Amino acid sequence: MRTVAVVGASLAGLSAVRALRRQGFEGRVVVVGGEPHRPYDRPPLSKDFLAGRLEEPDLTLEAEGEDLGLEWRLGSPAVCLDPSARTVRLGDGSAVQADGVVLATGALPCRLPGSERYDNVHVLRTLRDALALREQLLPGRRLVVVGAGLIGLEVASTARALGIDVTVVDPQAAPMTEALGLDVAGVVTALHERNGVRLLGGARVEGLVGPGAGRAEGVQLHGGLRLPADLVLLAMGVRPAVEWLHGSGVRVDRRGVLCDGAGVSSIPGVVAVGDCSAWYDVEDADFRREEHWTAARERAAVAVGSLLGCSTPAPVRPPYFWSDQFGLRLQFTGRRRADDELVVEEGDPLDLDFLATYRREGLPVGVVALERGRSFTKWRRVLAAPAIQQAVRA
Amino acid sequence: MRVCALSELAPGEGRRVELDPPVAVFHTDDGDVYAIDDTCTHQDASLADGWLEGCEVECPLHASRFDLRTGAVDAPPAKKPVRTHEVSVEGDDVYITLSEAAPNLPPGVGAPTGGSAPSTQGLA
Repeated sequence: MRTVAVVGASLAGLSAVRALRRQGFEGRVVVVGGEPHRPYDRPPLSKDFLAGRLEEPDLTLEAEGEDLGLEWRLGSPAVCLDPSARTVRLGDGSAVQADGVVLATGALPCRLPGSERYDNVHVLRTLRDALALREQLLPGRRLVVVGAGLIGLEVASTARALGIDVTVVDPQAAPMTEALGLDVAGVVTALHERNGVRLLGGARVEGLVGPGAGRAEGVQLHGGLRLPADLVLLAMGVRPAVEWLHGSGVRVDRRGVLCDGAGVSSIPGVVAVGDCSAWYDVEDADFRREEHWTAARERAAVAVGSLLGCSTPAPVRPPYFWSDQFGLRLQFTGRRRADDELVVEEGDPLDLDFLATYRREGLPVGVVALERGRSFTKWRRVLAAPAIQQAVRA
Repeated sequence: MRVCALSELAPGEGRRVELDPPVAVFHTDDGDVYAIDDTCTHQDASLADGWLEGCEVECPLHASRFDLRTGAVDAPPAKKPVRTHEVSVEGDDVYITLSEAAPNLPPGVGAPTGGSAPSTQGLA
């Protein structure tokens, strides 16, 4: 293998490049990025960057003096993959030929029809999105957030601290019920309500209210309620950025590039990692997209090992995410199912300071903590222990 | 300066010492004691809460690993080393001598921020 093309220049792509070099690949590496920027850290976009506490240079993911010997092709997205010719074509008409391809194109925010035509309706994925939103987050304005996932809730928190009137609407009865269960969703609700966020659960959004372009006036809910807004954030989840692969022969569905348990797509020599990928999961006996930062970072080494033909052990750590809202740190790890039992191990959820496990037949399969970082790490180690993982799978 | 009793710090554990900036003291499974700056150089996270393995601690948020002996970081997102502080153990008492180097605090931490950033707690 002489040349590897890494398509995607964010965390997953950069992690793949580092893994390539660390695993001894000395050939040519071309990194393709649709955005004009070198890799940057996205989590602060909804928090410290949005609040103006961080600026663009603070977000860079490359270390000072880090030289991985890469060829960067930034600012033009990949538009087509021809696996037989091992060629990636870019939007500017150029092409990259490579022996191996790492797909790391990430995901795109879901939108409401016609939302692009409004200047005050935002999504939040890129630096550009964050800059546009930040400019409009002025004290006293009314923000409606559509979607109570991590992005929606973190922006709600940041916006409240900036003196903005915030309403969050979500189809679930309480925020993050699907991810964390009803009990913890109640804690998240309390956290937001105590901080003055108006939460409207069980709400179905019909569309935006406005003249069709320029400034939207609000959000129309099913059932007649109309929420006036000075600005709107659509935080309704993401879809994998894989449209460009249609017709390439790489197997793709709504979950992303379908890969085996080590990141290899349906075409040998093409691996995928990060938000664009759905790896086969033994426990679920199905493909599963792991849409979190840590997965993008940790799994890159596995995918690259597959590409180079080295045997890398599969990732052993259970999924993990964290979130910072209203100055509190929420952390979760593991694999929760709807019928797992929540057991409070420490603290009190009502005090917004607790650690709880999710248990399946008595065994801990997940851990959630608010402001309990120290104990959380201990539990995270327990969950990552091979014996527990095997017992859970058995 | 005395920071804690060794008997309060089980092997494999770390503890945060509320100085400005805070310091993390670790007792490794091999019985060695190290002290480094507690705040990850990338973002505001307490390394004392991190995952200690051998002579390395992994940041609880983003998994950058810091070498307790040198302060060096293995891989981004953290890009700068943490300071290391000299440790001496006399009987059951753990003493540290603070480094005189400038700390590598993450952006937005330790600097006046205005607005509503949570304030630093427990200044010594």
